[in-house]
Amino acid sequence: MTSGTVLPRKRRVRPVGSHRILTFKINNRDVSSREDESILAVARQNNIYIPTLCHLDGLSEHGACRLCIVEIKNAPKLVPACITFPQEGMEVSTCSERVIDYRKKLLEMLFTERNHVCAVCVSNGHCELQDLAIQLNITHVRYEYLYPRLALDGSHPRFIMDHNRCVLCLRCVRVCDEIEGAHTWDVMNRGLDTRVITDLNIPWGSSETCTSCGKCVQVCPTGALSEKGKSVAEMVKRRQFLPYLQKMRRWEEE
Amino acid sequence: MAALRPRIATVWLDGCSGCHMSLLDGDERLMELAEKIDLVYGPLVDTPDFPEEVEITLVEGGVSTDDDIRKLRLLRKRSNILVSFGDCAVTANVPGMRNEFRLGEVLQRAYLENVSWRPSIPVAGVPVLKPHVRPLHEYVEVDAFLPGCPPPAMAIWYMLSELIEGRLPELGNRTRFGA
Repeated sequence: MTSGTVLPRKRRVRPVGSHRILTFKINNRDVSSREDESILAVARQNNIYIPTLCHLDGLSEHGACRLCIVEIKNAPKLVPACITFPQEGMEVSTCSERVIDYRKKLLEMLFTERNHVCAVCVSNGHCELQDLAIQLNITHVRYEYLYPRLALDGSHPRFIMDHNRCVLCLRCVRVCDEIEGAHTWDVMNRGLDTRVITDLNIPWGSSETCTSCGKCVQVCPTGALSEKGKSVAEMVKRRQFLPYLQKMRRWEEE
Repeated sequence: MAALRPRIATVWLDGCSGCHMSLLDGDERLMELAEKIDLVYGPLVDTPDFPEEVEITLVEGGVSTDDDIRKLRLLRKRSNILVSFGDCAVTANVPGMRNEFRLGEVLQRAYLENVSWRPSIPVAGVPVLKPHVRPLHEYVEVDAFLPGCPPPAMAIWYMLSELIEGRLPELGNRTRFGA
């Protein structure tokens, strides 16, 4: 699926034809887009690669992981491409030295924040965090690991939540709310103490809102959410349902 | 001729020796390698002390005891190039899984709770555990990193052959964390 047709869900969709068309530059290449398309969407339409972790085609944008940061000429801050919209004449760089440097730092910090022991993880070899480390050429982490003590929730009959592997992308929260409509998942606390929770922080197995559809498990980029009975490297996520469901719903809206 | 061959050492700290097994998994490439290097120290060599001057040292395993720190500092001083060899050396990996528990709890679990015959925590003749297992580069400067659990034989061979030629290799997708 290309992300070109994906609109941020919570934005009001204006009637066709009333969108302004902008021209701007990505990596010195002239590109054009509608004003309501994110820099990330436009980059992907033009086959310009920007790494992402929390973004998933079919879900609303959240801007949690910051791995899609890009540099905009004359702007002091780096901005996340998934939730930043282009302006006429803007000059965007997706792979400047500064961007690459910060992207690496961000990814390394994700590794230090939880206990990502790839060697014993159900998602080893099928993990978006691991893949990003290879792409960004990360052979080691320059920061001190925090080694937090984290729980594992195995109370659900079919699925397991392992906070050790969670990167707080909040795909589970979004898919549960926006696609399944159950809103079982949510977030508690702030900063380093942030955790995803089921219902009001009760064991997943005793949740009354969970429909056990498993969408959260399939969209999770790491081994944080997995199916029971899967051993090391056996958990392969299946996401085919998401663009399909989203497409069917757009028909309903039209 | 033989005197010009680079002196290579391998060291085994807190790890499972799987990285050394993977080194041995190089099959016929080992013959080629053996002609290019002198293996002067390590679990595969019968030498008691770390030699004075070594060109390249591969260190497997995380740092988990005072004894590991002492060995690591010594070999750092005596090696020209230090390679962090495998995930335990690079990230603390599996030995590091004890880090989220207090040391007392770990010892209690391993030596008292799960032992049926004369449970006791050993105090004599074994190095004292540090509260955390940590990667090598948190203690000494590391020149090259070779992640993987274990790193594939090809990645080890590539890393060594490049270093011998005096190049610091980019591993690309030859290996990864948990490979």
